[in-house]
Amino acid sequence: MIRGAVRFLDERSGGAPLLRKALRYLFPDHWSFLLGEVALYCFLVLVATGVYLTLFFEPSTAQTVYHGSYTPLQGVRMTEAYRSAVDISFEVKAGLLIRQTHHWAADVFVVAIVLHLLRVFFTGAYRKPRDLTYLIGVTMLVLVLLEGYLGYSLVDDLLSGMGLAIGYGVALSVPFVGANVASLIWGGQFPGSADFWSRMYIAHVLILPVLIATLLALHLLLVAARHHTQFRGPRRTERTIVGVPAFPGQAPRSIGLALAVAAVLVLLGGLAQINPIWLWGPYHVGAATNGAQPDWYLGWLIGGLRLVPGWDFVVGHYTLVPNPFWGGVLFPAAVFGFLYLWPWLERRQTGNYGFANLLERPRDRPWQTAIGVAVLSFVFIVFVAGSADRVDVLFGISYSTQIWVYRVLAFVVPPLALLLTHRICHELVATDRVEHVRKAAEAESSSHV
Amino acid sequence: MTRLKDWAVAGLALLVGKLAASSRTEETEERIVPAGAPDRRAETWVLALLALATLGAAGFIVVYALEDVPHKTQLLGATLGLSLAFLAAGCILVGARLVVTEQLEEPYPEPTANESDQDAVAEIVRESGSRITRRRLLTLGGVAAGGTLGLALITPALSLGPLLDTEALTDTPWRPGRRLVDEANRQLRADEIEENTFYTAFPEGASEETLGAPLIVVRLSPDQLDLPKGRDGWAPEGILAYSKICTHAGCAISLYRKPTFPEVQPGPAFVCPCHYSTFDPATGGTVLFGPAGRPLPQLPLEIESGVLRAAGNFSGPVGPSWWGVRMKKAGTS
Repeated sequence: MIRGAVRFLDERSGGAPLLRKALRYLFPDHWSFLLGEVALYCFLVLVATGVYLTLFFEPSTAQTVYHGSYTPLQGVRMTEAYRSAVDISFEVKAGLLIRQTHHWAADVFVVAIVLHLLRVFFTGAYRKPRDLTYLIGVTMLVLVLLEGYLGYSLVDDLLSGMGLAIGYGVALSVPFVGANVASLIWGGQFPGSADFWSRMYIAHVLILPVLIATLLALHLLLVAARHHTQFRGPRRTERTIVGVPAFPGQAPRSIGLALAVAAVLVLLGGLAQINPIWLWGPYHVGAATNGAQPDWYLGWLIGGLRLVPGWDFVVGHYTLVPNPFWGGVLFPAAVFGFLYLWPWLERRQTGNYGFANLLERPRDRPWQTAIGVAVLSFVFIVFVAGSADRVDVLFGISYSTQIWVYRVLAFVVPPLALLLTHRICHELVATDRVEHVRKAAEAESSSHV
Repeated sequence: MTRLKDWAVAGLALLVGKLAASSRTEETEERIVPAGAPDRRAETWVLALLALATLGAAGFIVVYALEDVPHKTQLLGATLGLSLAFLAAGCILVGARLVVTEQLEEPYPEPTANESDQDAVAEIVRESGSRITRRRLLTLGGVAAGGTLGLALITPALSLGPLLDTEALTDTPWRPGRRLVDEANRQLRADEIEENTFYTAFPEGASEETLGAPLIVVRLSPDQLDLPKGRDGWAPEGILAYSKICTHAGCAISLYRKPTFPEVQPGPAFVCPCHYSTFDPATGGTVLFGPAGRPLPQLPLEIESGVLRAAGNFSGPVGPSWWGVRMKKAGTS
């Protein structure tokens, strides 16, 4: 029967040789290689839950009055967008489960992508012939951040409206063209024309997902074309890959991982409340709430916006660069610029233009590791600064004091992290060497006995 | 009936024979996937996990179908999530115990293996154009046509919004004589405005949902005021009105810091909850702290038979800043 099915397919596609190769594609074993897979499975969960949500969500700013089953909002004036999102939560059977699973999946998706990126960065997996794969990956992260932002902006609760206002402020701050770009996107002054919601919606449910899916396919294709990298090990060389074949060895593990990711996300979606939009109420231009925090993956941007002192770049009475540009555009552009340029920077600096299939341990590339940790520490401090107001409320440490501490730390810690990491790498390598000598000596002495 | 039985027996015999034959050939031929010992215990475990996954999935359907189940979302999540988790455990067990996970080795693809193909591709492209004599001119023509067509294709995107005319960014609904109302559309009376708290106000008879609409209104004692030059009479009885929209990134200012012990504490201030820009109402909305780079625009007020109304438009454009914003004036929509 299996033979028959294979014949049926092959006679019509000639795909048997490819299928045979795919079944025996080798996966080198290492837990950290699963991070990218986790991201992939989150994406699948996002698509599945997202499609379900589109069946009920209404991307419209038409005004309506709430008459659903959630009493605190009874009779409250709101947009159809917010009304339908609240209805998904309370009226649609399993709607809240799916909505929360979707939100959790988005948060875990970005966690998995960032960890995957760190693994690739610190082990040197981005080197030739996989630099293109890496660049596509970084591009996907940019798109995913935008996609997540649009996702929670669509709901039109108070938090999403505040997020959009900030987005408008950041767009407006771009030198020279900001006002034009912002009025084009919003169709005029914030909160913009009614069409703006259709634009966000189609970007969130079609344009960006299709872009991400296309890049994802390309990413996987390129991985397969040049095969996985591998850590050093017995029989593993630059020219020989050692791993478990896709079938039957890897398939049940990967399917198991996919199901496990889905299980965790569904359990979170059912048991751990996330973004209770009915508590925030509808957004109005004149309303805001204290203690608003965005989803975690935008924390570094809110930190950036908060840390920059009140500088507009002004010549005479002419504003050239308004403040949100520094933290909202320049900072992320610098971080992503670093990520995009890194493979080339490293190549020029080390003069190593060769191909690399073997991964390195971070300690064996002390400068690369140290620079990576320095940049990471900078981003992390800015990220933590984004929650200074919560720390103020919870621990009573004055907000303005914290901001000044973070401003200093942001410039002091990265160089220290650089030197310290470099030092640690050296020490670890030295320890390895001692251990190596000791083992060799032991082996020798035991052979004498 | 007997015929049917005969057919069945014959078919079964044929099938058994075929299976036996195929298993024989498998044994004699070299295998691709190496053989391994069976593990009946692991199979039992996988079966148990599959049974649990089935139960979980069925439980999900039951919970979904039932009316008035308490904690419905939690139960739905738990049943579906556990079903997925059991299935995941089953798969992982299959991977670990029931299939061979042999470590194979093979050569990496050689990145420079296709050099002759690379040459051929370049050659095909080069030679295909060898009949063309005025190459640069044609390239130029091609770029011009392609570029202009590209521009033409993205031109309809301009329908999204006004690209060049950004004057609307300065629009506000305020004009001399427009009265202030609260959220419930009641006119704001001067004698209702108390110190040590703030009020949100909107323009009477205009939409609340524009950046220029919402105001933050406070009362300070007139001797506290130190307004910039040219704003004499903007704060009758010490009542001040400012745009509620932060000049940093457009959030609504929703915190009012008032000193509980004015002798040693800093004076009253507006605070934006998004990035904590802090503005001084006494000095015309100047920035005290935080990332805002421009004072909060002030709206001149007057009192007409006890009711607050605008005496003009804002002192500057409302909302987040853009290129050249300080040269602009607030305009009336």
